[in-house]
Amino acid sequence: MKNLLLTTCLMGMFTHSVYAGGMEDDPLVTKFMIDQFETRITNGNNPLVLEAQGWIGKDLNKFWFKIDSEWLDSHNEELELQALYSRAIAPFWDFQIGWRHDVKPKPERDWLAIGVEGLAPYWFEVDTALFIGESGQSNFRFEAEYEWMFTQKLVLSPEFEINFHSKNDEKTGTGSGLSDTQLGLRLRYEVKREFAPYIGINWNKKYGNTADYAREEDEDTDDVQFVVGLRAWF
Amino acid sequence: MMSQKHQQLLSAIFYSDEFNQSLTDLSRRRFVTGLAAGSAMMGLGLGLNSQSAFALQSNIGPTVLRGNEFNLNYSTTPVNLTGKQRIATAINGSIPAPVLRFKEGDSVALNVTNQMSVDTSIHWHGLILPSSQDGVPNISDGFKGIKPGATFRYQFPVIQSGTYWYHSHSGFQEQTGAYGAIIIDPIKPPPYHYDRDYVVLLSDWSDEDPNNIYHKLKKLSHYYNFRERTINDAMKEINESGWKNFWANRGMWNDMRMSDRDISDVTGYTYSFLTNGQTPDVGWTGLFKKGDKVLLRFINAAAMTFFDVRIPGLKMTVVAADGQYVQPVTIDEFRIGVAETYDVIVEPSDDRAYSIFSQAIDRSGYARGTLTPDLSLTIEAPPMDSAPLLSHGDMGMDMSMMDHGAMNHGSMDHSTMNHSMNNVDHSKMGHEMPVNPSPDIDHSTMDHSRMGHDMAGMDHSMQQIKTPEMGSGKAGFGSSQKIIHAETEFGPHVDMRADAPLYRLNDPGVGLRNTNRKVLSYADLKNFNKTPDPREPGREINLHLTGNMSRYMWSMNGIKFADAEPLQLKFGERVRINLVNDTMMNHPIHLHGMWSDLETGDADYIPRKHTIIVQPGAKISYLVTADAMGGWAYHCHLLYHMLGMFRKVVVS
Repeated sequence: MKNLLLTTCLMGMFTHSVYAGGMEDDPLVTKFMIDQFETRITNGNNPLVLEAQGWIGKDLNKFWFKIDSEWLDSHNEELELQALYSRAIAPFWDFQIGWRHDVKPKPERDWLAIGVEGLAPYWFEVDTALFIGESGQSNFRFEAEYEWMFTQKLVLSPEFEINFHSKNDEKTGTGSGLSDTQLGLRLRYEVKREFAPYIGINWNKKYGNTADYAREEDEDTDDVQFVVGLRAWF
Repeated sequence: MMSQKHQQLLSAIFYSDEFNQSLTDLSRRRFVTGLAAGSAMMGLGLGLNSQSAFALQSNIGPTVLRGNEFNLNYSTTPVNLTGKQRIATAINGSIPAPVLRFKEGDSVALNVTNQMSVDTSIHWHGLILPSSQDGVPNISDGFKGIKPGATFRYQFPVIQSGTYWYHSHSGFQEQTGAYGAIIIDPIKPPPYHYDRDYVVLLSDWSDEDPNNIYHKLKKLSHYYNFRERTINDAMKEINESGWKNFWANRGMWNDMRMSDRDISDVTGYTYSFLTNGQTPDVGWTGLFKKGDKVLLRFINAAAMTFFDVRIPGLKMTVVAADGQYVQPVTIDEFRIGVAETYDVIVEPSDDRAYSIFSQAIDRSGYARGTLTPDLSLTIEAPPMDSAPLLSHGDMGMDMSMMDHGAMNHGSMDHSTMNHSMNNVDHSKMGHEMPVNPSPDIDHSTMDHSRMGHDMAGMDHSMQQIKTPEMGSGKAGFGSSQKIIHAETEFGPHVDMRADAPLYRLNDPGVGLRNTNRKVLSYADLKNFNKTPDPREPGREINLHLTGNMSRYMWSMNGIKFADAEPLQLKFGERVRINLVNDTMMNHPIHLHGMWSDLETGDADYIPRKHTIIVQPGAKISYLVTADAMGGWAYHCHLLYHMLGMFRKVVVS
C-alpha cells in the first residue's frame, strides 16, 4: 500500500516520483570525493597520489568504493581498489563489507574487507578495516583525520594512518607486524565547499620487515615530503 | 528633487489607467526582478479600491484579487532576483502569488490551472475547510494533485477571518515561488482599529534547484553553514574562561558530534531573503501618513527560514497570531517560524522612514522593507545581531537544578486554584519568574550556590501568585505524562534524544534571550476570545520530532512518513498532542484542517494556531478538537524536513 502510494503519486518540480505532495524523502544520492590528489615533492621523481572514494545509495544503505593509487614517472606503482556494501549501524557509523583488490604492486592480491567508517566523538573522522587476504595474510588498517578551522574556508587537517600485517609478503614488500605509518598535515582553502586546493607535509615511515624489503629495493623507509594537491567532491 | 523614476511610480500609483495598462505586462516580469528597479518598490496599503489596487500591482508585485470566483494559473516563469536568470514557479505570473482577499461568510471558488509540465496543487494554509479542498495530493480526500494542463476547481465556504496564506503542496514548488497571502475580512469589525494594512510576506529564494539543495544536505549536512567554530573562537573562549571551562563547555558538543552553531540547514549562503518578493537591495516600501495605525500582516512563506522581525523605533502590538485574534501584546520583536502569521499594529509618529527588519534566525542575512511617509525618505537596515549559539538546554539536557520538579508544589490543589489564576497575567509573569526556565544557562560556569538563592526567590514568588504550572495535565497546562522515548527512536536514524525536555513557553528562543528588547514568546499569546472548546482532553498523543542531522534524515518517533501508519482521531474528540523535540533545530509543526490550541498556562484563553514552533530540546502541548472528517496532513513545515517528518491524520 505504501509502495503504491509512493509510485502513484505526482511528479515534483524538477524530477523524481513523490507522494503526499512531497518529494521522495530518501532519494538515490551519489557522491564522489577526491580526498587527496597531490604531488609529493621528494629528492628524486615526484610521485602523484590519488585517494578517492564515492558512494551511491540511500540514507542507510550505500554502495561504496575507494581508490588508493600512486604514480611515479607516469607509471602506476600502487593501485588499491575497494568495492563495499555500507550499512549504517549507529548515528555516526557505517559498517562496510566487501572486496579489496590490489592491482599494484604486482602480484595482484585480493582481500575480504570488513570495516567501520564514521565520526568519533570529538570530531575525529575514522576509517578502520580488517582485510583478510589469501593464505592467512591479513591487514589491519586504521585511519583518522581531524579538522581545525582557521576560518570558514581555511582548514588545517592532520591525518594519521597505520597498517599491520599478519604475515610477510616479500613480493609486495609487506612485512609482518607493524608495517607502516603515515602522518599528514594539510592546509586547504575551500574556494567553495566542493573545491579546495591545499599544501601540506606528509611523513611516511616503514617498520620492521617492511622497511627491510624497502631497503632491498633501494626505497626510502622514512620520508618527509612536501605536498601540493587538490581536494574536491561532487 | 524627485527623480524621474519616482515620478513614474507616483503617477502609476495615483493612477493613470493608460499608464497602468502599459505597465501591466512589463510588471508581471518586473516585480520578480530584484535588480530591475533601482527605486523603491512601494504600496499604498491593501484597503484600496480596485483601480488603485491595479496600480499597486504595477509596482509592488502581488495583485490583490477579490470576489467569490478566482482564476489562478500555475506556470514556470523566468525571474532574475540576484543577477542570474532562473526558472520560478509562479501563480498568475507573479512571485509572490496574488493576494486573495475573501470575505468571511462568503463561499469561494478557485479555478487552479496547471500550465506546467509537472503536477501541482494549492493548500490553503490555516483555512478550515473540507478535506477534499485542502489540496494535499494523496492525503486530502480524493485529491490526487492537478495534472499538467488540468484545472481543479476548489470550492469552500469561508468560515473564519484573518491573515493566512496559500502555497503549493507538491514537490519543492514552494521553494521556487508558489506562495501568496490570503486575507479574510471579518463580518464583525475586528477588535482593533487600523487606518491601512499591508501584507508583509517573508520568503527565501535560492538560485539553486531545490532538488540540488536537498542532495547537498544529504551529502554534507553543514554545507550551507559558514558560521562554524574556528580556532579563533576557541582561543577567545580559552582567554575568557580558561582551559578548564573551555574543555567543559565544549565537551558535550564534541561528545555528541554536534555544533552549537548549527541553527539553520540552509542559509544566506544560497538564500536571498525577500519581503513581498523583493530582495534586500531593492526592499519593499509601504507608505503611511503620520499618526496612522498601520496593520502589518506578517506571513512567513519561507521554505526553511525563521525570521526575527523588528522595526527599530516602533513598538509593535500583536493583535492576531495565525489569523486568530489574540489579546493585544506590545513588543519590540518577534520570531516568526516558517508558515506562521502575525498581525501587528504600528503607529509611526515621526516624519521619517522605518525599517522593517527581518533577520534570518542564524543571522546569515535579512529581508528588508520600509515604512515611510514620503518616498524621498529612506532608511538603511540596522546592523544584524551576532549569530546565536545553542545552549545545553536547547539539547534538552537535564538541568535538574532549574527543573520544574524542583519547584513543584506537590500538595497544590489545582481545582481550588483556578479561581485566583484567572486574574494572573501570565505574559507579565514571565518576566518575574521563569515558570518555564530559559535554557540559556551554562551549566559548567554556573554558580550553584547563587542559584540556590535565586531558586528560593522563585519559589516564593510562585507561592504568592498561586498558579498551577505547566505540566499539571489540566487543559491549558500541558501534559503531566513522563517523557518516554519509543523503541523506534533508537538506531542509526536518530542522533539525539532530549533527556529532560521542558515547556519553554516564555523562552523567546535561541538568539533572542539576552536582548534588551521585549521579544514575543508563546507565553504572551492569549486568545482574545474564551477558549472555544473548554473540555479536558480525553487522551494524549506523544510524538517526538526526530532525525539524524548529519545523515539529513527526519522523522517522528523515529519513523519516517513512508513507513508510518496514519494517526487516527475520533470525530468530535478533544485530544492533547505532546510534541518533544529530540533535535537541535526549531521545527514548525502544522496540522491541517483543525486548530492547534496551544497550551500556554491559561485554560480560559487558549490561543489557536495552525503552526507551532517546537524549540530544540523542548516540549510543547496543544489541544485539538477533531471536528473535521477525513484525511489531513500533519508535518514539519521546513520544506526539506517535511518529507520524513510527516504524518497523515485521519479523523473518522
